[in-house]
Amino acid sequence: MTAAGDGHAPVASSPAPPLLDVRDLRTGFETDRGLVKAVDGVSLSLEAGRTLGVVGESGSGKTVLSRSIMGLLPRRGTVREGSVRFEGTEISHLSPKEMRAYWGAQMAMIFQDPMTSLNPVMKIGAQITESIREHLDVSRDFADDLAENLLASVRIPEPRRRLKEYPHQLSGGMRQRVCIAVALACGPKLLFADEPTTALDVTVQAQVLDLIRQQQDERFMAMVLITHDLGVVAGRADEIAVMYAGRIVERASTSVLFADMKMPYTEALLSSIPKLGEPPHSRLATIPGRPPDLVNPPPGCKFAPRCAYVQDRCREEEPPLLDASPGHQYRCWFPVGTPEGAAAFERNRRAGLVAAAAIAAEPVAAGPAAAPPSDAAGG
Amino acid sequence: MPEPPRDLLPGTPGDVADELVADSLAGGTAIGGFETELAAVALGPEGRRRKGLGIGAWIAIGWMVFIVGVAVLAQLGLLPVGSPTNVVASCARKGPFANDGTASGYLLGCDGNGRDMVARLAYGSWSSLVVSTGAVTFGFLIGGFLGLIAGYVGGKIDTVISGAFNVLLSIPAIVLALALVAYLQASTKGVSGNQSGFFHDPKVILILAIGVVSVPLLGRITRASALSWSQREFVLAAKAQGARNGRIMVREVLPNVLPAMFSIALLGIAVAIVAEGTLAILGVGVKPPTPSWGNIIALERGNLNSSPHIVFEPAILIFLTVLALNYLGDVVRARLDVREAGI
Amino acid sequence: MQLILRRLVQLAVVLLIVSFFAFCLVRILPGDPTKTIIPFGTDQQRAQLKKDLGLDKPFFTQYVDYLGNVVQGDFGHQYSTNTPVSDLIKQSLPVSLELIVYAQILALALAIPLGVLAAYRAGTRTDGAINTTSFAMLALPNFVLALLISYFLGAQLKILPTGGYAPGWLDPLFDGSRHMQLGNHLEFMFWPALTLAVGQIAIYMRLLRSDMVATLQENFITMARAKGIPNRRILWRHALRPSSLTLLTVAGLNIGTLIGGAVVVEVIFNVPGMGLKIYQAVVANEYVELQSYILVFGALFVIVNFLVDFLYAVLDPRIRRARTAA
Repeated sequence: MTAAGDGHAPVASSPAPPLLDVRDLRTGFETDRGLVKAVDGVSLSLEAGRTLGVVGESGSGKTVLSRSIMGLLPRRGTVREGSVRFEGTEISHLSPKEMRAYWGAQMAMIFQDPMTSLNPVMKIGAQITESIREHLDVSRDFADDLAENLLASVRIPEPRRRLKEYPHQLSGGMRQRVCIAVALACGPKLLFADEPTTALDVTVQAQVLDLIRQQQDERFMAMVLITHDLGVVAGRADEIAVMYAGRIVERASTSVLFADMKMPYTEALLSSIPKLGEPPHSRLATIPGRPPDLVNPPPGCKFAPRCAYVQDRCREEEPPLLDASPGHQYRCWFPVGTPEGAAAFERNRRAGLVAAAAIAAEPVAAGPAAAPPSDAAGG
Repeated sequence: MPEPPRDLLPGTPGDVADELVADSLAGGTAIGGFETELAAVALGPEGRRRKGLGIGAWIAIGWMVFIVGVAVLAQLGLLPVGSPTNVVASCARKGPFANDGTASGYLLGCDGNGRDMVARLAYGSWSSLVVSTGAVTFGFLIGGFLGLIAGYVGGKIDTVISGAFNVLLSIPAIVLALALVAYLQASTKGVSGNQSGFFHDPKVILILAIGVVSVPLLGRITRASALSWSQREFVLAAKAQGARNGRIMVREVLPNVLPAMFSIALLGIAVAIVAEGTLAILGVGVKPPTPSWGNIIALERGNLNSSPHIVFEPAILIFLTVLALNYLGDVVRARLDVREAGI
Repeated sequence: MQLILRRLVQLAVVLLIVSFFAFCLVRILPGDPTKTIIPFGTDQQRAQLKKDLGLDKPFFTQYVDYLGNVVQGDFGHQYSTNTPVSDLIKQSLPVSLELIVYAQILALALAIPLGVLAAYRAGTRTDGAINTTSFAMLALPNFVLALLISYFLGAQLKILPTGGYAPGWLDPLFDGSRHMQLGNHLEFMFWPALTLAVGQIAIYMRLLRSDMVATLQENFITMARAKGIPNRRILWRHALRPSSLTLLTVAGLNIGTLIGGAVVVEVIFNVPGMGLKIYQAVVANEYVELQSYILVFGALFVIVNFLVDFLYAVLDPRIRRARTAA
């Protein structure tokens, strides 16, 4: 059992169960090479109306995690274990047919690419109303009015006319607004937003994110906001879970995470965001190497091959999820901001190993970029 | 990706065929989609066929070797069967399971005139195979040549050749073949009373007719393949070195187009076998007493109810041979895809 | 509009070429064509034929005259009976058209659910069974299937007639003297139409399956699932239409295959359509009659392909846009 799991005693009589409670969820895909463990023992919980940011590189399993929680993955070739409770009800074992009562009505999803997630041969109106008509017992006219109101609330001009248009007649940003309208149509309690702005122009990214946030507040929805960009979740999430190689490596409330991160991976992610204070043309920090092979992951800490703090112990023994403070967990033997971490970093630096930390994966890219020394020195 | 075998003779849509060839040249199908969730769907049962030939392919090869062997040996007179024209009147219409003794010694019974079905079928295989392979060879010589030029040279020549192909394709294939046979037979009859020359052999007329019909189909496929190969770097390199166009076509483009042509040829022969049978039913097939699978059926289809074995024995041979050729064509194409993807 | 105009010109050119081809068929006969066409005809019949064909005039004039006659509905005569070929076409063309329509409807009606099912169950045993069956169906020539049906279902089990014809809904339109007997008509047409459909079923089903497997992996399908709508609706409302473009193309182009197949099927089931007429014309050496049938079939095929091309635009709004942009 993970630390997060221990936090909630498995007593059914607890007065108000969280909206979403995921325990030790594992999801893998059978391939020719073996089982790809895309999600490997994730536990998390989310209260109504709150926002959880899930952050990680591409391939870290964050999208699979969201689809696995929703039960949207294809059944064949997929191995799924663990518990998913929605309002206290176990839903992980439900068939797709039973899950349909939840999809759209209780939990909805906004997808990454609005260019491909709307059906090109259906009118926008039909794509919004079909879910309304499926879940709510309303007339066709009422559904049309509802769809018009939804389009207006996601700030699409001339909503009545847009209902009769096809997706290809709209721009990318407008299409993502339509996708948001589709997701909001039946008033779900939980919204998954999977990289909702990655495919959009930079100029509209902030607009769309703010729109989602505003709708979330108005409707008192809980949201899981999935992104590779810590900057996106910084001002919008109540809590942040950092994922790496299919597991949560650090989890804390947003303010705590940014003030007191323990996991070297979180630190590396943060330092890869360009900052205003930096002089122009300064080299952007990158994380050397690539995420590990999910069929045969390395035995110790999955981040060890790319870590600036790596020690022998990291390569042999996988750290459990440890508690830093109530509600703040991390997975590291030599955490950032602790004497152990500083010592480890210093040892590596003296041995010239800060660069070597990345050698295993990609010697060329291995610069001293991964670890800002100021943090390490401060510990 | 599972694709329907291209149905060559009866009006295959040329554009689709072009796309299929272009697809297979562009490389194998990628396991699409994001992260890994689609892997399971993409690895259908077809994906596995690619390793080794598989038992189905060996059975198909075995059947084709058997049929070709029987046809060749029968034609050379090396097969221990009687003459296909030897009449035993008492045996007429007797099926293989007739119990009154008259059909004993005739494994598959006798036809309407009392001729041994085994001998008829064995010699008939020769006619059917000669006509079908002959027609496809003709189609590939003419269509392949034109397609290669159209695909490699392009421009106005391509417009003219492709246009001609399209016009030929605008008449239903079997109707065109039927018309050609009918008129070719009439013309050769008209020249003189002499019925023996090369062009009076009904097999030659059939080869020409089916061959002409297959020219635009095979030509378009060759053109699509040649077009895609002509844009590869090694062809540009040869051009840059000053090689002549004819040389590049023969030395650089043709060898790469050939494998695709081979897999199509297998399917083409299957379709031509069916075409031979169809034309025979329509009264313009191989002339009796020379047997072919098609004309054995055509001759006796009126007596289907009294002696079904005469009709169904050649029908089964046609079915199994077409099945084998279709299967082999598919296997060859699948293996082709793998090789192309490896480039 | 410009596009439509250009396609219409193309259509006219192809029709001209087809008619020229049909025209040449009789003229290329060496020697005295009248001797080949009616070897045992009387001098009077020969003179009539010569006049019909206009053989005394220059080649090009002959073609123009021929075209003029055809446009006015004069296709010449069947020489053994002196019946105008246009009458024969009026009787037989609706029969073939009905057969082709039934076969196409039957093929699509069976292939679409099978294709959707195979795609939905891709990789399972259901899919494998459907694929194997369709592969075998592809290797079964029309005439073999027709003979199998005539023998086992017609002669042995006596389910529905396997030969003959009664007028249907299209015949009275061509020839006012014929009256519809729909019940009988459909009984007579069932086996011929099914025979003709079987080969198409396999082709359509496999096409639809492979396109639909690809569509089912699209993001908009995942999104539709996330809306909580039933699988049935996802398959039929969301996935079928974007997957059916190739199917529609092939179904349109395959009308040529159907026309060809109809010839054999009509001959074996003794259905008095154009196919049976072609067969009879070949056997009776009626070359002028045969020429007319080839022309009619060719023109029919060209026009159908032209119409199919325009149907796409209705089916897929993306194409509508791409074409107007181009």
